[in-house]
Amino acid sequence: MVETLTLQVNGKEHTVDINPETPLLYVLRNELQLNGPKFGCGLQQCGACMVLVDGEARPSCRFPVKTAVDSEIRTLAGLIKEDGELHPVQQAFVEEQAAQCGYCLNGMVMSAVSLLEKKQNPTEEEIREALAINICRCGVHSRVIKAVTSAVKKARP
Amino acid sequence: MRKDRRMFVQQLGCLSIGFSMLPTTTVLAESFTVAKEIERNLSKESVNAWLEIRENGRVLIYTGKLELGQGIKTAVAQIAAEELNMRLDLIDVQMAETEVTPDEGFTAASMSIESSGMSIRLASATAREILLKMASESLNLSKESLKMEDGNIFGADKKTSLFELLKGQHIEGKVDENVEIKAKTVRKYVGQPVPRSDIEAMVRGQSVFVQDLRFPGMLHARVVHPPKYAAKIIQFDEENSKNWPNLIQLIRKDHFVGVVAEKEFEAIQLAEKIGGQIKWDSGQNMPEQKELKNHLKNLPVEEEVQENKGDVGQSSKTMVSRSFFKPYLMHAANGPSCAVAFFDGTVLHVWSHCQGTYPLRRTLANFLEMPEEKVHVKAVPGSGCFGHNGANDVATEAALIALELPNKHIRLQWSREDEHAWEPYGTAMIVDIEASLDTNGRIATWDSHIWSDGHSNRPNSNPNTLLPSRFMNKDYGHHGIGYRGGAWRNAAPYYSVPNLRVTSHMFLGPLRVSSLRSLGTFTNIFAIESVIDDLSEKAGKDPIEFRMEHLDDPRAVECLRKLQDKIKSISVIENEGLGVSFSRYKNETSYCAMAAKVSVERKTGQVKVQKLWAMVDAGETINPDGLKNQTEGGMIQSASWALKEEVKFSSKGITSLNWASYPILRYPEIPEVEVEILDRVEQRPVGAGEASMAPTTAAIVNAIYKATGVRIVSLPVDKELLKA
Repeated sequence: MVETLTLQVNGKEHTVDINPETPLLYVLRNELQLNGPKFGCGLQQCGACMVLVDGEARPSCRFPVKTAVDSEIRTLAGLIKEDGELHPVQQAFVEEQAAQCGYCLNGMVMSAVSLLEKKQNPTEEEIREALAINICRCGVHSRVIKAVTSAVKKARP
Repeated sequence: MRKDRRMFVQQLGCLSIGFSMLPTTTVLAESFTVAKEIERNLSKESVNAWLEIRENGRVLIYTGKLELGQGIKTAVAQIAAEELNMRLDLIDVQMAETEVTPDEGFTAASMSIESSGMSIRLASATAREILLKMASESLNLSKESLKMEDGNIFGADKKTSLFELLKGQHIEGKVDENVEIKAKTVRKYVGQPVPRSDIEAMVRGQSVFVQDLRFPGMLHARVVHPPKYAAKIIQFDEENSKNWPNLIQLIRKDHFVGVVAEKEFEAIQLAEKIGGQIKWDSGQNMPEQKELKNHLKNLPVEEEVQENKGDVGQSSKTMVSRSFFKPYLMHAANGPSCAVAFFDGTVLHVWSHCQGTYPLRRTLANFLEMPEEKVHVKAVPGSGCFGHNGANDVATEAALIALELPNKHIRLQWSREDEHAWEPYGTAMIVDIEASLDTNGRIATWDSHIWSDGHSNRPNSNPNTLLPSRFMNKDYGHHGIGYRGGAWRNAAPYYSVPNLRVTSHMFLGPLRVSSLRSLGTFTNIFAIESVIDDLSEKAGKDPIEFRMEHLDDPRAVECLRKLQDKIKSISVIENEGLGVSFSRYKNETSYCAMAAKVSVERKTGQVKVQKLWAMVDAGETINPDGLKNQTEGGMIQSASWALKEEVKFSSKGITSLNWASYPILRYPEIPEVEVEILDRVEQRPVGAGEASMAPTTAAIVNAIYKATGVRIVSLPVDKELLKA
């Protein structure tokens, strides 16, 4: 049942002995000790567990790890440069104080980064659509929209 | 009396840190003190219950509250920084932990600033005065000539650090209630929009939440909950179930079933497989969803008149009579509840995102029949909160499992379905109001009847406030209605009403309930502000003017006047409406005046809340950005309650089990929000986390009325009623 799989996560190769059906989320959190992706629903309904799979934001809670072996996975921590500098979207979340409890923050950052990698100058409507999967219960949406908009502006001075 | 004040820290996890050698960032959640501190006095009158001067020149603040996303950690640091004239980066905050922080009950009711914040303010200011006096003696200089700054005291050409001055001792002394408060005059840290440092930790993916805790050898647990309330196991082949591969332990206690595995995914699969083999009886009957309002009105009630002045029976030609309904609502945190428990053979340790560590400890100890001092609870942030969610229940279940597997950290993560189906909801409510105007167009009478279940059944020492007690054969009894006062919170209008009666009708409803953000205020203000709008229309008055004419409190009037200015240039077109509302939370804390602009698509009945404006007066503002964030969050959450939310159930039990069956507002539908604060330094600071909830929904339904002429009296807003 257990297989040895090699994953590309945040630019590094990781080898894990794992049931290949295990959703990527649990491998990232428990085997690789990455806190970014969070368990929210296990149903791909809330976006708490978003990661970038080959640059595309997608929920990791039902994504069997065996299907991730040929992909480049990036998590929240993988957005940070080696010198510790935050990604512009992460930086904007700090500047706009776009969190309350912060549990959903990972998913929103990942959705926004994925959007900005595809589209350099999204409209507010496009930002809202890109984040539609992300549930936030504390109601920080308006700050998140501001943060993503400001990250867009900084990327295109 | 000089004793060694070091604390002994025992390693229970991957990290071990000597207390006085703590890293500069924060107190790490994985480690905690085991042996009691030798000397610190945790009684609330004692200065050293609240703060400690440490060897490295830093100050550690102790709060009995927990960071729930409300920014309390930053706010209390600002409060202490101000009184000690100390840079914020020199201040650490230790959150609720039994035997380490004072027992401050629950982190609830928007009281953290009012209670903990003000205790820390007085303790810090008292500490400052004591330290200055000690320095005056030690340096042989007058106290008035000394200056305290960033952990040192300067005078003439002399200097001493606070730690040197104390020679390793605690500050002895009682909190002085009359000490000078610098925050009222200096305001170098207080009143400033200091950013929260935990947000950077979050964007970096650092360990912040109870869900992020990891210990060597930690095992993963899942539980099998019944399909319905009160269902009992009638068939379960335990011996056969124990043969499942990867199962480390199956825990069965009467009707409670837990599974433990090394890998989290294994635990999930085992719970599904083993759960699928259990046969349950039919459990509790549920009323028909569409009959809920009638069902609740026909339950046995305990009736009590809460307010009675004048004569509400006077006849009037201008009457408004309406019946309002609010369904059961969920806290529905983004991350389901989670806990880690560890039993070392003597003491049970629990890491929990509960609102109160001491109340959970007392109740857990009673349930587990352990001495209280053998239970240790440390609060660690979780997801959301908004009142009493599943945190205590998951902690209790983790404890039940950990006691069976000593010396192993057990991490229990509830599923989405566990949280949605078993958390204690905010009760459904009915508010019937009959009000009238006199011949001058002023409110003459106001008669209100409230039907409600209780609004708090938090852990209160009785095990029946913990969910797992319901799964035991032993009958712990029903917790009953619980805290009633929440039902009539804000039930009496804040407006001048010469003849007033408020009557409560308390029932024990079919669903599990406890505290949800703003308690009964939400429904009472939804009802009051709808009726006030109706009355203003009947009086031929502008709704803001009508409200101001009935308010004696100048702060309330100013809030409304400022709101009036803010929205005066807003225009509406066909099928759009601008609605307003006002409330003072609990009729004694934060003021909030609200406006909402909505548009209604008449073909579909779809409502879009375009923009919300809030004017807030929470007295002295500690952190204006934190206050804005809380207010904005309340506005968006309330808009979601108004437009989308209702706990669904059927004969099968709770059927709102995930985000598809319990939808909430998502990004494309989120209104623009604008918050303005009226800072009143001379006033006491009051909590504001719940203040915007009720006025938002009230302003939205008033705006829908303006747009369509349809008065929404039942939540969530029914689109069918708005089709034209």
